[in-house]
Amino acid sequence: MKPLLQSETFVRIAAPLAVGVVLLAVWEIGCRLGSIPVYLFPKPSDIFASLIKNGPSLLRALLITLRITLQAFAAAVVLGTLIAFMFVQSRAIEVSLFPYAVLLQVTPIVAIAPLIIILVKNTQLSLTVCATLVALFPIISNTTLGLRSVDPGLASYFRMNRASRLKTLVRLRIPGALPYFFGGLRISSGLALIGAVVAEFVAGTGGRSSGLAYEILDAGFQLDIPRMFAALFLITVTGVLLFGAMVGLSKLALSNWHESELGAEA
Amino acid sequence: MNAPLPSDPLDAHIARRAADRPPAVEVLSAEKIFANGTRALAPIDLTIAEGEFLTLIGPSGCGKSTLLKLIANLIQPSDGRILWWRGDSGQVGQDGRGLAFVFQEPTLMPWARVDTNVRLPLDLADVPRGKADPRVSDAIARVGLSAFARHYPRQLSGGMKMRVSIARALATDPNLLLMDEPFGALDEFTRNKLDDDLIKLWWERKLTTVFVTHSIYEAVFLSTRIVVLAANPGRIFRTMTIDEPQPRGQDFRDSARFAAYCRELSTWLAEASLPSASGATP
Ligand SMILES: Nc1ncnc2c1ncn2[C@@H]1O[C@H](COP(=O)(O)OP(=O)(O)OP(=O)(O)O)[C@@H](O)[C@H]1O
Ligand SMILES: [Mg+2]
Repeated sequence: MKPLLQSETFVRIAAPLAVGVVLLAVWEIGCRLGSIPVYLFPKPSDIFASLIKNGPSLLRALLITLRITLQAFAAAVVLGTLIAFMFVQSRAIEVSLFPYAVLLQVTPIVAIAPLIIILVKNTQLSLTVCATLVALFPIISNTTLGLRSVDPGLASYFRMNRASRLKTLVRLRIPGALPYFFGGLRISSGLALIGAVVAEFVAGTGGRSSGLAYEILDAGFQLDIPRMFAALFLITVTGVLLFGAMVGLSKLALSNWHESELGAEA
Repeated sequence: MNAPLPSDPLDAHIARRAADRPPAVEVLSAEKIFANGTRALAPIDLTIAEGEFLTLIGPSGCGKSTLLKLIANLIQPSDGRILWWRGDSGQVGQDGRGLAFVFQEPTLMPWARVDTNVRLPLDLADVPRGKADPRVSDAIARVGLSAFARHYPRQLSGGMKMRVSIARALATDPNLLLMDEPFGALDEFTRNKLDDDLIKLWWERKLTTVFVTHSIYEAVFLSTRIVVLAANPGRIFRTMTIDEPQPRGQDFRDSARFAAYCRELSTWLAEASLPSASGATP
């Protein structure tokens, strides 16, 4: 048994936690000493109180945002993987379509969200489409890169054994692409949440949404700043949890062999 | 064009011995010119009898790997032809005519355990699990890694990974084993150990082996015949037969005859590396 302080996991959890507690304390004390009014900049305790008071409505909003995020993330994973598979089938397909994937990536979602929200009647669906567009690119580019990054020695071994295209894909390309794919998942999960919130903002200004972004907008109109911060807090927590889940998933899948997931003992 | 083979009595001896057994591989005036114009091999004639342990040695870039790949049917000769068991490449892979190639690197799948890695060629050939598994554990046992069958490659040392790679070749039960500097990246102690294992395997399994190395000691220790190649263009410079009792062990390495073979081979290699040994004067 190692002493608690030297344990890797303990330090990784405790150190950022300690920083957070100190920051919160400074924030709280600073606000109190400077007697900054709540409508300008609320104290952590105000935000916490608001979180409790508006609990049910915030939670409902969170669930809506979360649903859109997860739907978009799932759609991005499925679509992105399929597109990546298509890309590696032939250089011609990739060369002719990849620029459009980049186009998708560089177009700001706030610019096209209004268009999508008008075109797609169902609000839920239109928001999901927006978030999917934001989350799609990392999956495409990472998975394509992974499927292409085959160890040349192994590739010639497969060729020497006259392995079929399908067998080479299943036994060589897909396993080799997993580390890249999981890297894509991490980035994409956060982007799906950002995409969902941004799309909600755009839709919310038209009064057609009810997610966390709408809560923030609504609280802003009513100058209920603590509620605004409470909603923001929920978005942040959701993002962190999503990221954590992806890290855990990738650990679970790669822990045995990939350098990125090897523990300290390796 | 070809350097004439020296007409010393050794060659008569080789000819007699090779005639004893049917050929596994015949290289018939095979030449290789790469697409970029590099003349890697001048027409080469070489007959490898069944059960031989033939080693290719020579200066870097003289075409050893190219010749081995021709024999493995991985690349095609520009001219001339190669026969396997007196027939064309169509019969390679049939019963009793299996071929396995061991690369310089272990080339293992990092995500798969040792046994899965060794089973790969059988999986690719659609051998059912029930038939494949005993062969896999047998091959792993032969290279002495039974205790590590469930390990991942990253948990093994370089020498152990190379042994996994050899087990993977053995699992297909090859008749012809082709190895391109398989132990080149290992320290001398590990290399000697693997050489001991290899010569035992070769002897027990009656494998025909074509081996590429840069090490004079390794060549003398393992081979029944050593072919020294010269460069520009690659061609056979001289051939040395090592007619020593089998299976060989440390006592052979320590013998005076071993030292004598090494000395002579080293002289030949130096001659083969001289510019004057070059056939092509631009
Ligand atoms: N694919 C290729 N295309 C063009 N030239 C090649 C190719 N492969 C090898 N060559 C050339 O053919 C010659 C022989 O190469 P080869 O790899 O057979 O040498 P080698 O004897 O195995 O050398 P080493 O001992 O360094 O491994 C070299 O001059 C090399 O540059
Ligand atoms: Mg070589």
